[in-house]
Amino acid sequence: METRMLNVKINGRDYQVPDGTTILKAARDYAKIDVPTLCYLEGISEEGACAICVVEVKGARNLQRACVVKVSEGMEVWTNTSRVREARKLNVELLLANHPKDCFTCEKNQICDLRELAAELGVREVEFPRTRTELLPFDNTSLSLVRDPNKCVLCRRCVNVCAKVQSVYAIDIVGRGSNSTVSTFLDEGLGNVECVNCGQCLLVCPTGAITERSEIPEVWKALGDPDKVVVVETAPAVRVAIGEEFGMPDGTQATGKMAAALRRLGFNKVFDTDFSADLTIMEEGFELIGRIKNGGTLPLITSCSPGWIKFVETFFPKVLDHISTCKSPQQMFGTVTKTYWAEKMGIDPRKIVVVSIMPCTAKKFEKERPEMKSAFHYWQEKLGLKDEEAFKDVDCVLTTREAAQMIREAGIDFANLPDEDFDKPLGESTGAAVIFGATGGVMEAALRTAYEVLTKKTLAKLDFEDVRGLDGIKSADVDIDGTILKVAVASGLGNARALMEQVQKGESPYHFIEIMCCPGGCLGGGGQPISDNPDIKKKRAEAIYREDAGKPIRKSHENPEITEIYEDFLGEPNSEKAHHLLHTEYCDRSCK
Amino acid sequence: MIRNQLLVCAGGACITSGEKSVKDVLVDELKKNGIEDEVQVIETGCMGACDLGPIVVVYPEGTFYQKVTVKNAGLIVSEHLVKGRTVSELLYTEPTSEKQARTSGDIPFYTRQVKRVLRNCGVIDPLSIEEYIARDGYFALGKALEMTPDDIIRVLVDSGLRGRGGAGFPTGLKWKATREAKGSPKYVVCNGDEGDPGAFMDRSVLEGDPHSIIEAMAIAGYAIGAEKGYMYVRAEYPLAIERFEYAIGKAREYGFLGRDILGTGFNFDIEIRIGAGAFVCGEETALLRSIEGKRGTPSIKPPFPAQAGLWAKPTLINNVETYANIPQIITNGAEWFRSVGSVKSPGTKVFALAGNVQNTGLVEVPMGTTLRELVFEIGGGIPGGKKFKAAQTGGPSGGVITADYLDMPIDFDTLKEIGTIMGSGGLIVLDESSCMVDIAKFYLGFTVDESCGKCTPCREGTRQMYQMMERICEGKGRDGDIEKLNKLANVIKDTSLCGLGQSAPNPVLSTIRFYEDEYRAHIYEKKCPSHVCKHLLTYSIMPDKCVGCTACARQCPVDAITGEVKKTHVVDQSKCIKCGSCYEICRFGAIRKE
Repeated sequence: METRMLNVKINGRDYQVPDGTTILKAARDYAKIDVPTLCYLEGISEEGACAICVVEVKGARNLQRACVVKVSEGMEVWTNTSRVREARKLNVELLLANHPKDCFTCEKNQICDLRELAAELGVREVEFPRTRTELLPFDNTSLSLVRDPNKCVLCRRCVNVCAKVQSVYAIDIVGRGSNSTVSTFLDEGLGNVECVNCGQCLLVCPTGAITERSEIPEVWKALGDPDKVVVVETAPAVRVAIGEEFGMPDGTQATGKMAAALRRLGFNKVFDTDFSADLTIMEEGFELIGRIKNGGTLPLITSCSPGWIKFVETFFPKVLDHISTCKSPQQMFGTVTKTYWAEKMGIDPRKIVVVSIMPCTAKKFEKERPEMKSAFHYWQEKLGLKDEEAFKDVDCVLTTREAAQMIREAGIDFANLPDEDFDKPLGESTGAAVIFGATGGVMEAALRTAYEVLTKKTLAKLDFEDVRGLDGIKSADVDIDGTILKVAVASGLGNARALMEQVQKGESPYHFIEIMCCPGGCLGGGGQPISDNPDIKKKRAEAIYREDAGKPIRKSHENPEITEIYEDFLGEPNSEKAHHLLHTEYCDRSCK
Repeated sequence: MIRNQLLVCAGGACITSGEKSVKDVLVDELKKNGIEDEVQVIETGCMGACDLGPIVVVYPEGTFYQKVTVKNAGLIVSEHLVKGRTVSELLYTEPTSEKQARTSGDIPFYTRQVKRVLRNCGVIDPLSIEEYIARDGYFALGKALEMTPDDIIRVLVDSGLRGRGGAGFPTGLKWKATREAKGSPKYVVCNGDEGDPGAFMDRSVLEGDPHSIIEAMAIAGYAIGAEKGYMYVRAEYPLAIERFEYAIGKAREYGFLGRDILGTGFNFDIEIRIGAGAFVCGEETALLRSIEGKRGTPSIKPPFPAQAGLWAKPTLINNVETYANIPQIITNGAEWFRSVGSVKSPGTKVFALAGNVQNTGLVEVPMGTTLRELVFEIGGGIPGGKKFKAAQTGGPSGGVITADYLDMPIDFDTLKEIGTIMGSGGLIVLDESSCMVDIAKFYLGFTVDESCGKCTPCREGTRQMYQMMERICEGKGRDGDIEKLNKLANVIKDTSLCGLGQSAPNPVLSTIRFYEDEYRAHIYEKKCPSHVCKHLLTYSIMPDKCVGCTACARQCPVDAITGEVKKTHVVDQSKCIKCGSCYEICRFGAIRKE
């Protein structure tokens, strides 16, 4: 059915816009007039809470919210009358009256929507005093995120993204009127509820009310300690986004400059999580092959994404035996560094500090999981270590934003650095590892390896287009020498939930499912630079696939360093040693 | 054989003033006198004259006994019922004429009223469906089921009935829109979340005549094509919930609810939903969210509930008083309904009369009745010989009617013209001792507390206004405050998401409009002309009147008053906390409050 076109007047000019269009979209897309918004997030947060986008509509008694009111035939809209300007300005002033005036030290000071809005609307004075008498306590309970309710403007974007996109419902509005705040169940704090640490709330927060738990001080301290060997690993999605922090165009492949910058920060070795992504494919690929051949539990579901893992542990504990036992690439990297590499280099593992740079806030939680101490168990007997001397496989996790901040603090001119390579041996990787950063990437990488291992034939075409792209749920039938492998890929936990309900009922038609916690995969992770470009995920994904296409080796099993680690250390994929070091277990976190 | 009936008012006010014990005494006394089989005791809904409670009416003579206590209740049995002598000490004495009233028909409070919505309240036993049926109950449902839905809606449109919840939207149009809306199933909802301070007409109907609402909702279900109704009552109305629930059970038993009602094939049933105490849940979109089990916050209209209400399905939502009119309109027709009231606001309106007025309680009068009739004829005027100053209507969403408008006919439109609203019908009478700044501050404080917090202007703006009002009342008002209040109020009205926020500034705007001089006195002269705002008062002792009795000095909690016996006392203004206890204790009128 064709959409009816409506005649509307915006600021005295005539436009034809499709039926069902909001005033906001009509103004922005057709009249090319921006109407400022604060609480609005297209498709996710459309509540009309902030009252900033108000416009005058002829015949309406009150000002109308452009973000939620749809145009009607003959509607006359005025976006720039003094009544409108005054109302917008006054509502921003009301928000500012209770907003902390610590912009100098606020993490979001350069990218704060509220600050921008105040500047845009020409707010030069706040004529209202602060009405809140007490400062509200921070929520410091989470290992990944910190919430400062004093900076919250109650826009509800975080609440909506948590509920509607991620289906986690960890936060909601509590209290009434001017006492309302965003909080968790019984004010327990993010660390004590079902929050999966994905950080999507942080990405959409217009102010500095939600930030990551910063580990910059710990990393600077390690870098300054001459007794430590500080090793850094960088996740696949970081390299295609970190350039944004330094004014480079969206979708810049900044791999070489990133390695150069990290080296200049003083890391002793600049390695790559892509190495352990290749290792993951070996382990997980063989796990899949094993389950198919031996009639194991199917579908097998990927385990790279720590937000997803906490989600499935919390909401679907019954499907845990479907989850691959493989650790995530970050954790495999930490273990391998402190066992294989330490042994090879003759370094005391206790001196090694593993810092990972991740597009992710949930990784900060993952590294603290009590079972993530495989290297310690490996060495305990050999070095005669006591239980209290236990050390973690990964010591610090920095988000892409934190890494960029350190580079800024060090005064490194990122954009003009020469391109440099990662260090060997843990810096060697393939195109299959790079695409881990995009939704569908782990699937594609696994298929490349599984196909060749199972069929002993070379793949004619490496690109599995069906599992690429930003759609929330994708599926494909892959022909492996006459055997059809049914696969599905989901990103965003709301989509994951849909697939898991099938699995839980025993109705899933698939053999293999890839799940990434964040929409778009790691490139859209909660640790990534905050962008106002609506196409940012597409740009980052394009860069990832360009990086893959440009790699000399594009299949994990062909990575020579991977071959070497199996020959010299692990034996073969899924060997007993590999199981001890590279695999893990899960726990039931559901409410009982 | 029953020869007499004792109707005992079991409305909220009478219960609070001891109705239960009075009833027990009556029952005991009847037994003692051996006439328990001849006299029936019936607890009814609210009779309206709340300041006269507990009330007992003896039928068939209709003798109206007021302020009955445990001590004198026995007289009604021993004197009236046994000896046939009226207990004159329990009769009501009209204060102006000092004439004793024998029945409610002799009391102006009752004679000026036109009882339609409240026609059964205080007359029938709300727990008895038979009594409701005897008063033509469920006749309208039967009649409606023989009409077409369109005919029912036409009668409603023709009747001109407007929503009694506050905004006065034409009820017939609402029904029409819900009937015509696409989507299934459809729902019927009754808004019983009566929240305006002082208003209790909906509670009285639910407690006193629950079947009238059940009947109306069933008619609505038939008219719009719904099989399911929800009665949303606030948790603070436990008696209403209890009686309504009981009534639903009875209605099902008698076949007025359930499947195949009266053999017509029409199915309809009602479930009760209990609110959790948020004022904003009286706002229809917030109420619908609350029924769904979600946090009660309003959402933008459109879509209106008629298009997308409960679970996004077409939903008809009316308030209790609106529904209470429906069966009678169906039974008697649109013309009958229009026979009282004003042209644009036909029918009656129930007001909750309170404040500085002789007779407080529920009164039902034709729309278009003047404030003068309400306050001076029905309400019996202002007590203590004080002067009428204003009446506050519409609760926290409304404003004031000043003495200049005493003769203005009250309806939806006239009130709107002078900057207040009908609201749910709260009417608080203020005498000359009321400070209008203080009154406005009180109502604003209510909305500040009850704002849901969703939208910026209501959440942040009302609190800013409230703090300004507090400042002004504390003598810290500044030049420009009135302009700032006006500016803020207008933006809050213009940009708040729901009716609560859009009307929250009304008490302030309305009082600034009519009593700007009082605001100016507070701000510029640091004086409260009505001597209410205590920070603006000075207590001093007039030497010519002070006899040096020392009572004030002994009473003063902060030792601010000094003076020797039989000598003039003095107030130390730096210590005085303006509690007023010296003013109250002085028997010589020697304390000056200004």
